[in-house]
Amino acid sequence: MIVARTGNEAMAEAMRQINPDVVAAYPITPATEVVQLFSSFVHDGLVDTEFVPAESEHSAISACAGAAAAGARVMTSTASQGLALMHEILFIAAGLRAPIVICLVNRSLSSPINIHCDHSDTLASRDAGWIQIYAENAQEAYDTTIQAVKIAEEALLPALVTTDAFIISHGMERVELVDDKAVPKFLGERKVKHSLLDVDNPVTLGPLDLQDYFFEHKRSEIDAMNHVLPTIEKVQKEYGDKFGRYYSTVEEYKLDDADVAILAMGSTAGTAKVAVERLREQGKKVGLIRSRVYRPFPQTAMLKAMTKVKVVGIMDRADTLSTLGGHLYTECRSILYDADNRPLLKNYIYGLGGRDISIEEIEAMYDELLTIQKSGQVDKNIVYYGVRGE
Amino acid sequence: MKKKKKGWKELPIGLVTEPASSLEFETGDWRSEKPIWDEKKCTHCLICWIYCPDSAIIVKDGKVQGIDYRYCKGCGICAEECPPKIKAITMVREEK
Repeated sequence: MIVARTGNEAMAEAMRQINPDVVAAYPITPATEVVQLFSSFVHDGLVDTEFVPAESEHSAISACAGAAAAGARVMTSTASQGLALMHEILFIAAGLRAPIVICLVNRSLSSPINIHCDHSDTLASRDAGWIQIYAENAQEAYDTTIQAVKIAEEALLPALVTTDAFIISHGMERVELVDDKAVPKFLGERKVKHSLLDVDNPVTLGPLDLQDYFFEHKRSEIDAMNHVLPTIEKVQKEYGDKFGRYYSTVEEYKLDDADVAILAMGSTAGTAKVAVERLREQGKKVGLIRSRVYRPFPQTAMLKAMTKVKVVGIMDRADTLSTLGGHLYTECRSILYDADNRPLLKNYIYGLGGRDISIEEIEAMYDELLTIQKSGQVDKNIVYYGVRGE
Repeated sequence: MKKKKKGWKELPIGLVTEPASSLEFETGDWRSEKPIWDEKKCTHCLICWIYCPDSAIIVKDGKVQGIDYRYCKGCGICAEECPPKIKAITMVREEK
């Protein structure tokens, strides 16, 4: 069915079709419409979900972790400050191997207070042990929300599916919905090894774990993350085979014959595709790399893509405040250390607090990358793009 | 004999363990002071049993039998709460 939906509505529709056992949520400012829309589905009896309106995001994710441990299929939604308030429990949910799925809208973390798009919220949670997938548009947000449930439950790790605030979350797009009945069929029932509600087979969950076993448990969690990428690839393929829309962990766009490329995440990749089209008409060999999956970092696919070109401009919609540049930039530099054919890199920190990024600005970036390719030199590795006073 | 500790691949996934595993965690070696129970003075009022945070007062048929030193951490609450006129429990340094 083809419908007009905002990103928020598309994610809420996916949640309705998934029909999770438990959704616990709290609307901290800046809240998104996702759970509000979902709560109306609960009210209208369109889902069987136990809806828990908690008194904070910290409580909401705690309830989610408990419900997931009990064996339920659990989802919630949040953004920026809400995710920050969940921070403590994010690590606990991952350690408990609770496959919660969060529909997240990327919004700047305070301060200054702001409700618009950048990736500082989810990137600040990059080490929490959650799978992170960044959608480019509403269609992908919808598809990925459904996929994420299956990925999380197979990997036994929680997952974040993100959309760019306002650009995707509030922008109305053409979205193709899967048939209502097909979604539960695609996902199947959640299978659990241990359930807290199984009183005949009691277990202790999340006990104190000191010097003698903490390290072993952490090592096991790290190992789980090491095995997630094949699971994501498998589920993406299953989804594509069934519903006709295929995705990859790292998307390559017009890259094979390109001299230079931009690497971006989220909706900016869509804008960059238009810039690529325009520049290609002028005969410029430019391409695009999109990191759809950010956690676990898709190292092999990313290396393969980056080493196809001579120069990569890495667009980060957040800064690490480490003096080393943005998140994608620092991690891509790290994986390129051992690579032959290393491309030159330039880091563009852009769009903080929802500062718009235009097709023309991205075209100018490509022109700069082409100049770097000719000269073989990057004079300034990290630039703040679109900020006044530079 | 201490059991050989498991490697990470042998552990169940997700911080799950068998129930009541705290029974295997003998906290008696935390003790620096040890409660000594005097059977002759004890009136079996069971106040120590009520207060003991580690369930380390052994009681059978309503009578105190002694102290379970496998779990007693030596906090001294039993000695403090034993009625002043009775004083059936006294704390002594472990090394004595």
